[in-house]
Amino acid sequence: MPAKIEVKNLSVFYGDFQALHEVGLRIKEHRITAFIGPSGCGKTTLLKTLDRMNDLVDGTRVEGQVLLDGEDIYQPGYKLIKLRKRVGMVFQRPNPFPLSIHDNITYGPRVHGVRDKGTLEGVVERSLQAVHLWDELKDDLKRSALTLTSEQQQRLCIARLAAVEPEVLLMDEPCSALDPISTLRVEELMLELKKNYTIVVVTHNMQQAARISDESGFFYLGRLIEFNRTKTIFTKPANKMTEDYITGRFG
Amino acid sequence: MIRLDPALSQKLVRWVLVSLTALTVSILVFIITYVLLKGLPVLGWEFLSTGAVDAGRGGGIFPFIVSTVFITVVALAIATPLGVGTAIYLTEYTRETAATRVVRFAAECLAGIPSIILGLFGFITFVLFLKLGWSILSGGLTLAIMVLPTIIRTSEEAIIAVPQNRRDVSTSLGGTRWQTVTRVVLPGALPGIVTGIMLSVGRCIGETAAVIFTAGSALGTPTSIFASGRTLAVHFYILATETDAFGMAYGTAAALIIAILTINTLAYWMMHRIMRKYS
Repeated sequence: MPAKIEVKNLSVFYGDFQALHEVGLRIKEHRITAFIGPSGCGKTTLLKTLDRMNDLVDGTRVEGQVLLDGEDIYQPGYKLIKLRKRVGMVFQRPNPFPLSIHDNITYGPRVHGVRDKGTLEGVVERSLQAVHLWDELKDDLKRSALTLTSEQQQRLCIARLAAVEPEVLLMDEPCSALDPISTLRVEELMLELKKNYTIVVVTHNMQQAARISDESGFFYLGRLIEFNRTKTIFTKPANKMTEDYITGRFG
Repeated sequence: MIRLDPALSQKLVRWVLVSLTALTVSILVFIITYVLLKGLPVLGWEFLSTGAVDAGRGGGIFPFIVSTVFITVVALAIATPLGVGTAIYLTEYTRETAATRVVRFAAECLAGIPSIILGLFGFITFVLFLKLGWSILSGGLTLAIMVLPTIIRTSEEAIIAVPQNRRDVSTSLGGTRWQTVTRVVLPGALPGIVTGIMLSVGRCIGETAAVIFTAGSALGTPTSIFASGRTLAVHFYILATETDAFGMAYGTAAALIIAILTINTLAYWMMHRIMRKYS
């Protein structure tokens, strides 16, 4: 299977600090790939390089390549707007705009130039349906998104992203602000979404990685220690450090 | 040293603070009631709707209301885009450098310049050098310079207060920087920006020194921005210093105070509405 995203020899520096050391891995299409490891191991940094959100941080330097469908997204002149339409991010805390549910969903399509009301209504319905919020909220689209529960808000954020029809969803600990039951439901949603999207998820939660991901990478101190099928990582890790981490001996 | 009983000192502090607050409020109330008591008897429909007679000893203040509104509108029409634009540039389009600090420092200095100096500057620059004469435009330009620092500072603070994650979300959805500014940052910053504008309106209406040199003190109703006009504050000043028509002066003052109170109340009401919508 061809890789949707291929990371080659990637190093990231924040000023003098090297946050990632020569990382290489392949993210397969329509799979969930999990990045695990203790805090500060570079997993979120790697996630942010995949849609170049790191560009916003002063003093960031990136070496190496990130290929999206074979094309280096760090090549000079690469169109960031196009990249971010194809690769979207779900953040750690649910962060809907202080706007109505409807306007949250239409935000993305509108910045990409969709004006037609009918088209936008369709997008709202499809996006909310994709995250199973449509039936609950279809009569309440004018309501402020901030009145929703955390789980609904996070689902809405995923729907808001789905509205720009990306190919890759990057999720930065998407369940860390949710209770266990909501977490399970959002995980179910992620398993469903992989039919249409390639998903990369950063998580602190080992069980979560084991439950939902097809492949996992274990990071430690800015290096990719091990990358393999999740089943293999969790049953027969090749590296002692990976084993110690997943069995809870450190981290 | 005498150590007071803690319960007693608590009481004492509370009492001192309450009286300080009461003093502050009573000064404000005293000024307003005094002016209103003296001015309200004069303030009637005729006073508000007719021109001045005998240099203001009789008649009304209609032309001066028009001039005040006119000058304030011109000043804010110039200062708002300049100030908000500068604030957007300083906060969203550039990182902290020596240059941005210089711009901020310059704005602070501008805020500290006495308005009479600004009046003189406006007189030399707009009235004489640019040959705009004593006019609504000269006055408006001068007031624009005067309120610019306030608008820049309040807008900057309001923009900075918009949570960073909203910008990140907008960017990650493919929004350009300008789209992020206009669709996410400015709506969030609007209450603060509007407050700054309203504060500036109050200062424009009440300003005397900066406009007497630049807009002049013509008694007629200005018909264009190139005409001279006398604002309410200038009219009040001239009545009080050059005539003995104190009753008329208080009437003018009452009109000024009512206008400023109304604007402030409206501003708060608007702010609350906008805040409710966006947070």
